Amino acid sequence: MNMMSEAAVEKALDQKMNDASHKMVGKDVSVYYGDKRALFDVNLNVRENTVTALIGPSGCGKSTFLRCLNRMNDTIDNCRVTGKITLDSEDIYDPAIDVVELRARVGMVFQKPNPFPKSIYENVSYGPRIHGLAKSKADVDQVVESSLQKAGLWNEVKDRLHESGTGLSGGQQQRLCIARAVAVSPEVILMDEPCSALDPIATAKVEELIHELRANFTIVIVTHSMQQAARVSQRTAMFHLGNLVEENDTDKMFTNPDDQRTQDYIMGRFG
Amino acid sequence: MTDVVTPAAGVAGTRATRRDIGIKRRYAAERRFRTYGLAAISFGLIFLALLLWSVFSKGYTAFQQSMITIPVEFSEQIIDPDNERATNPRGLATANYPLVARNALAKVLGVSPDDRPAMRDVNGLISDSVRGQLRDMVVSNPSVIGTTQNVALLASGNIDSALKGQVDLTVTEQSRRINDRQLGWMNQLMESGALAKEWNAGIFINGASSRPEAAGVGVAIIGSFYMMLIVLVLSLPIGVAASIYLEEFAPKNRLTDLIEVNINNLAAVPSIVYGLLGLSVFINFMGAPRSASLVGGLVLTLMTLPTIIIATRAALKAVPPSIRAAALGLGASKMQTIFHHVLPLAMPGILTGTIIGLAHALGETAPLLLIGMVAFVANYPTTPLDPSTALPVQIYMWANEAERAFVERTSGAIIILLLFLIAMNVGAILLRRRFERRW
Repeated sequence: MNMMSEAAVEKALDQKMNDASHKMVGKDVSVYYGDKRALFDVNLNVRENTVTALIGPSGCGKSTFLRCLNRMNDTIDNCRVTGKITLDSEDIYDPAIDVVELRARVGMVFQKPNPFPKSIYENVSYGPRIHGLAKSKADVDQVVESSLQKAGLWNEVKDRLHESGTGLSGGQQQRLCIARAVAVSPEVILMDEPCSALDPIATAKVEELIHELRANFTIVIVTHSMQQAARVSQRTAMFHLGNLVEENDTDKMFTNPDDQRTQDYIMGRFG
Repeated sequence: MTDVVTPAAGVAGTRATRRDIGIKRRYAAERRFRTYGLAAISFGLIFLALLLWSVFSKGYTAFQQSMITIPVEFSEQIIDPDNERATNPRGLATANYPLVARNALAKVLGVSPDDRPAMRDVNGLISDSVRGQLRDMVVSNPSVIGTTQNVALLASGNIDSALKGQVDLTVTEQSRRINDRQLGWMNQLMESGALAKEWNAGIFINGASSRPEAAGVGVAIIGSFYMMLIVLVLSLPIGVAASIYLEEFAPKNRLTDLIEVNINNLAAVPSIVYGLLGLSVFINFMGAPRSASLVGGLVLTLMTLPTIIIATRAALKAVPPSIRAAALGLGASKMQTIFHHVLPLAMPGILTGTIIGLAHALGETAPLLLIGMVAFVANYPTTPLDPSTALPVQIYMWANEAERAFVERTSGAIIILLLFLIAMNVGAILLRRRFERRW
């Protein structure tokens, strides 16, 4: 058995993170809502198998940037994105790129748990079904089980897979949403304040889960909680007023940031 | 000492009273508001009760019909005096059947057939529709000629009304439509058991008739059914498709705003205008037949569409955006998002809107008057292209009739219409429940 200690696994992942090319690259990304400019030429790279935390005060553009990464901004009527964002060196705003396929590769978990008002099983199996990832019933069962296991929810729900997903507790619902995103086997998972509607215990479970998911996925998480950013991420990016202030290793960011504004924000002097 | 204590107590006292007054006033306002609400509801309930009581108390007797069951001699001399029914079967259709019935009744009452005034009064006891009843018996089975059969004959409308106690018998004989001799016979027949009230299936089955005892809403029910079918088949898909497009796909600009305003306006257009539109477009321009339920259905479809579109759009809007975001975030296409998630969630609202629209259309009269559905139709329409009437139009026509017996039939038809509406609403509730349980 190839049993590595947890620390060794971490170390290997960190090594991989530092070696790996950038999974997603944002170059001069600007976003306009109508005439209002929400992001100013953001250059931010997302490394593979890394949890990248986006922090900053409300309205600073971190969620906007996150939603650019899987083109969820397309659904907003008067939203315009300029600049270039690549996923594995492919421009995701290229007309040749299908947004449906992009979103299958870059999944998303939202601020409020939003399971479909269907059974737990249907919630998880929906993505694989529409993308044709699992053909037979056995395949679908397999995907559902493994996704729920990855989301740490399997033991809690295995006996009631066919009950409604909306009947779960808030924390369970959010993990169900993560399982639903994981079931499509995305490469990147975007999380928009996934714990803001959860109590501390559920938050701890989700954070633990994010930590485990890092081994298989690249994760970008928006959070308002400094402690959460420090706990779960390896890289942190600080936004302010639509600008990227600083991007750095999380450890450095929280101990010795390069930018005064980062320091002030982390110390709670504004925001 | 007192200087110190008094102000403190005074301040505490004022504060306490001020608070008490405020709270009391707020509770009083709440109680008042509740009373207003209760009053409004009781007011509505009282009027509903009055309406139902008035309709049912007048209308329940319409479901009973007086029948005179007597032995009828199918005399060969009257029906087929020349004995040519083998060669000329159509002769049977024109025989003097009222005479057969009259003679039978005269025999039971002991009236001489030669006493002409008495015979006229005898004739007043039975409905003219016995002509058709006896004719159908003989034509379908000529072997009854020459035999005597027990037949239940429809009593005339006047006798029916008198038997149900709807005729004022205290006025002088000249000022009522039924004379003392007929009343005596009526009592005589009742005592012998020949005259009795029976379940009136005719009101559901028969077509139009100028004789109240033989009139029914059969044609109207079929016409209304055809129209509802046409409205449902056309307005549900068109309405839902239009709403989905407007709500989910259409760009938000001046044009779509204009369309939205117009749809809302159309919902408020008086229905008679739709009738005129149907008359000029469907009948005069396209040459569709008059009085046909097809045209009625098309006009009612136009009228129902705005209702369904508004209800559907509201139902689609009410689906939380987080569900859309969840589906889109998983990589579902817009179509998949709408048809897998949004539409099922909006379904109860859409169904409710549709059924309300249908119920509205079922009770609509004015546009149907203009396209000629206010017609005397005695024969069942076999297709939606045949002339027919509709339930509310039938009620309207009966309400205009002079005979006393039509009053109860009008109420009876209203009861039938209300039953259909209740059935539709129950159906809507059941459908809603079913759809809601699936989530």
